[in-house]
Amino acid sequence: MVLSGVKSFSVMRWWTLFLLLLVPLLLLIRDIIDNNLGADPARTVVTELGFWAMTWLWLTLAVTPLRKQFNLSWLMRFRRMFGLYAFFYAVLHLLAFTAFLIEWRLDLLVRELTKRPYIIVGTLALLLLLPLAATSTRAMQRKLGKRWLQLHRLIYPASLLVLLHFVWQIRSDFGQHLFFALLLAIMLGYRLYLKKRG
Amino acid sequence: MLIKRPSAIPGSEITSESVYRQRRQFLKQGLALASVPLVGFSGHARAAMDYTIPEDLPRYAGPDWLQSKIAAATRNVALSTEEDLAPYYNVITHNNFYEFGTDKRDPVRNAQQFRTDPWSVEISGEVARPGNYNLEDILKPHALEDRVYRLRCVEAWSMVIPWLGFPLADLIKRFEPTSKAKYVQFTTLFDTNQMPEQGSAFTTIQWPYVEGLRMDEAMNPLTLLAVGVYGNALPPQNGAPLRLVVPWKYGFKSIKSIVKIHFSETMPLTSWNKTAPDEYGFYANVNPEVDHPRWSQATERRLPSTLFNQNIVVTKPFNGYAEEVAHLYQGMDLKRWF
Repeated sequence: MVLSGVKSFSVMRWWTLFLLLLVPLLLLIRDIIDNNLGADPARTVVTELGFWAMTWLWLTLAVTPLRKQFNLSWLMRFRRMFGLYAFFYAVLHLLAFTAFLIEWRLDLLVRELTKRPYIIVGTLALLLLLPLAATSTRAMQRKLGKRWLQLHRLIYPASLLVLLHFVWQIRSDFGQHLFFALLLAIMLGYRLYLKKRG
Repeated sequence: MLIKRPSAIPGSEITSESVYRQRRQFLKQGLALASVPLVGFSGHARAAMDYTIPEDLPRYAGPDWLQSKIAAATRNVALSTEEDLAPYYNVITHNNFYEFGTDKRDPVRNAQQFRTDPWSVEISGEVARPGNYNLEDILKPHALEDRVYRLRCVEAWSMVIPWLGFPLADLIKRFEPTSKAKYVQFTTLFDTNQMPEQGSAFTTIQWPYVEGLRMDEAMNPLTLLAVGVYGNALPPQNGAPLRLVVPWKYGFKSIKSIVKIHFSETMPLTSWNKTAPDEYGFYANVNPEVDHPRWSQATERRLPSTLFNQNIVVTKPFNGYAEEVAHLYQGMDLKRWF
């Protein structure tokens, strides 16, 4: 009885988190259907998807510090979900950019890649996340063994590229950018601290 | 009247594009008819000023003394474009007015309580009649014109907007600038209580916002001081009660909610130019051949766009107003003086 209660609790927790991370996408789809995205819907969709991709990537990076510092060991079981969500939103972000903003036009793609260096940086970050998403299954984890961990350290350079991609677009207000930069500094700094301590 | 949340306006109630075009067509026909008895009136025709504004969207009436001026306004056909207008809804909800927040929908959310009446404007510097004037006195001798201009933002989007205003040149002449007046500088209101972003700890702009023009640019007939849009007073998010409209320059030159007009001998240090001099020049003329360092200016997205149609159009030199203004820059290297 007790065991099945625990099990159903963790199943519920899984579904809660799974649906929670889906909410921003659902809200965005609702706004698209309602035609409620203003005069420049493409830009809004691309920006929103990028924001949430970054947020979920940061959440993935937060698992280790939270788990170790606050004994939240259960979080570990959701790290894959967070990471895959970050990748999923990032892919949608890129798709929305190519489909809506530049309408699959090759000339515009070439122009954007050469004139907007922050787009190259963002693309690089997504390319780094690709092998991580591809090897996220338990089977791949077993197969790669020690190398799996090494490979998945790619999340660190990827997150730095994402931050650069974000910061490079500052116009005047940088409050949000500073917030994400500080969070990343804390999360990566924590890992350095753990390593030093041995 | 308050529109705290623009999302409260369902998309289904916004005039559809096809209906809009019909109205536009109707407007043009009406205009053609209306102008018949006024032929030879130097390009000015009685305006078809009854813009169709959807019932559920707020109208901004402005103070009483302004209403009668607006009612007497005429359209300047010669200086108006015939292109399709951006719908009213988009004009009043898609704004760059950083004082009220940096997101396009922040101004409509945050500016509705903005006090625009009473309002006074300081005229200062190299001018024979400096002083503090209230807005009504500033506007008194000027008849209002309805002008449809293209507005090209430095962020590579554009809209077609019907302004109500009068030539800046007419105002400048009244205050009699001295021979030393080579530039005009404009300043936006500074009020951290009403304009939240001015109090932000994370802004790179030094408030208040300052813009400026060379004297010959200011005197060009295209340069407009606007007090209204879409046949009504300016909404606060669009720069009420007094803003500049310089259609051949990027939108950030068209400073909003002006409280000070200063004449000087030296080139004013303008806000964006000060913030990022390699990205925003003093002149900021629309120029498809000079890219912003972070993006191209060769094309623009004419708003409103839809997800599946970006309305990408080729950007024209001086935003299509080369005939009227290119001579101002003869002999100047526009790549250097961007």
